[in-house]
Amino acid sequence: MTLYVQAILNGILVGGVYGLVAIGLSLIFGVMKIINFAHGEMLVLAMYLSFFLFTLLGIDPYMSLFVCAVAAFILGYGVQRFLVNRILHVPEEMQVLLMLGVALVLQNATLVAWGPNFRAAQTRYSLSTVWLGPLVMDVPRLVAFVLALALALLLYLFLRRTELGTTIRAAADNRDGAVLIGLDVRRIYAFSFGLGAACVGAAGSIILPFLPMSPYSALSFTLTSFIVVILGGMGSFLGVLVGGLFVGVAENLGAVVLTSSSKYIFSYALLILVMVLRPQGIFRGRSG
Amino acid sequence: MRAFTGERAARRGPMLVGGALLLLLAAPLYLGSYWTSTLILVFFYAYTGQCWNILGGYAGQVSLGHAAFLGIGAYTSTALFMFAGLTPWLGMLAGGVLAALLGLCIGFVSFRFHIRGAYFILITLAFAEIFHLLALHLESLGGAQGLFVPFTGASWAKMQFKGNTNYYYVALALLVVITLVARALERSKLGLYLVAIREDEDASRALGVNTMRCKLAATAISAFFTALAGAFYSNYFFYIHPDEVLDVELSVDILLRPIVGGAGTLFGPIVGSFILTPLAELSRAYFSKEGLIGTHLIIYGLLLIAVVLFFPRGVAPYLARLVAGKRTS
Repeated sequence: MTLYVQAILNGILVGGVYGLVAIGLSLIFGVMKIINFAHGEMLVLAMYLSFFLFTLLGIDPYMSLFVCAVAAFILGYGVQRFLVNRILHVPEEMQVLLMLGVALVLQNATLVAWGPNFRAAQTRYSLSTVWLGPLVMDVPRLVAFVLALALALLLYLFLRRTELGTTIRAAADNRDGAVLIGLDVRRIYAFSFGLGAACVGAAGSIILPFLPMSPYSALSFTLTSFIVVILGGMGSFLGVLVGGLFVGVAENLGAVVLTSSSKYIFSYALLILVMVLRPQGIFRGRSG
Repeated sequence: MRAFTGERAARRGPMLVGGALLLLLAAPLYLGSYWTSTLILVFFYAYTGQCWNILGGYAGQVSLGHAAFLGIGAYTSTALFMFAGLTPWLGMLAGGVLAALLGLCIGFVSFRFHIRGAYFILITLAFAEIFHLLALHLESLGGAQGLFVPFTGASWAKMQFKGNTNYYYVALALLVVITLVARALERSKLGLYLVAIREDEDASRALGVNTMRCKLAATAISAFFTALAGAFYSNYFFYIHPDEVLDVELSVDILLRPIVGGAGTLFGPIVGSFILTPLAELSRAYFSKEGLIGTHLIIYGLLLIAVVLFFPRGVAPYLARLVAGKRTS
């Protein structure tokens, strides 16, 4: 029994980060209707940046979080500004193929630069734990959960309370309307993609202390965020957060029941199931 | 046929194709072994690209999971040959039937629940990855060790040859067959329906096209022929591994040729393969010598980006215009 409760607890902790990563994907989709196939690659890239800031300069991942977020923002801004903004009107398959191209370039650039081996950052607190009765919590996971939720809340407030956030939501709701009232939609788009990427950038730093990385981890990160977003409903903020928790718990429970290798089979099956049953997300009413 | 229009093209087209075919038939006589094997790969990817084109090009359902069909073909024919002694020629067909059935299942699940566009890309990818992982864990099929096909002496019955000349002709024959199939499809009612579905699915349904049945037919045909390539693969390389024949990278490899050449055109996959395959082989050979694995995939990525930005309909239509000799406009 403890085993299952423990798995659920671990799932919730890691699920918070899934939520943050997926919010980035959901923001990009919600505003531009672009599916960022390079999402996992951007996450891995941010992890490498954070890793090298830590090993070469001794900067703690929780400190370099902001550097990584800014770097990812610039990358995302550039992708939208120079690539996606040029193909806003082509069929969505072609847009996905473009993003697949971006993903291939990013993943293999990482591979060429740093090789295929897994790397892990050994921070002082990487292995420290807190006991909660019979349950044990890894400190880095706990911190990651709190930070991820805090950043998500920050983003939420930004979108709701600031003028720039309001323009982003306006452009997402009604592109033509936004153009009509004189908003520079293309710049808003680039900014939104940057913001979505910044979520992944921050998440990369946050998960570094407890998760080893390799260029090949990217695809599973991308797919996990797809599962979360599709489960939570594209563009729904709260839904995506809860979706993240749900997927985190499901994966960790799955790992207890199944062998860890078949855990991924379980994830893909979950993705198919979610796409088939609730393409509009669990928090939306049944429509269409 | 969209690619070749105009009267002069109608006369020039067949002559060009016939001439090229004659040149290719004689090619092993004047080309060395290296170029022959390069051409085998060109045919192989042109073939798989044409299979993909039936579903992804004509019907407009872009799949990122064709490795699943190819892998099933490879594993079925190899397992039947190794464990039951069945000739790969029949094993090939068995793999094709299995793949077609799988294609029908994937297609039914997707189309029944209106999964289209980007979501179809995702769901095909997810299905293919499941088969990839399953094969990695199935010890009876070699698991993560892969399967070595035993060489039991050169014979046509076993599709095992010394040297690569015979493989060359098998690959060329496969390419000719699939091109004829695609050409027949292009001129059939089904082909027209598929193009209508690609252009506007809801409208074609409103006009009475049974879109479900048409898309399923395209999926099954595409999957069946893709699996044949898998059987060829295992008999040519004598080794199959889940990371080779069931990987996403292969699915990208398969869709890249028709996208670059021109999806939904008869010669798109062939043109794409003649451009891309030698390029990929050269860069793979050059960069892996330098220890830079993955460089050819960077090139693939850049190509995908460039094609979507600058040639969204592929390069074949431009070539067709050259062939047609249209200098006006």
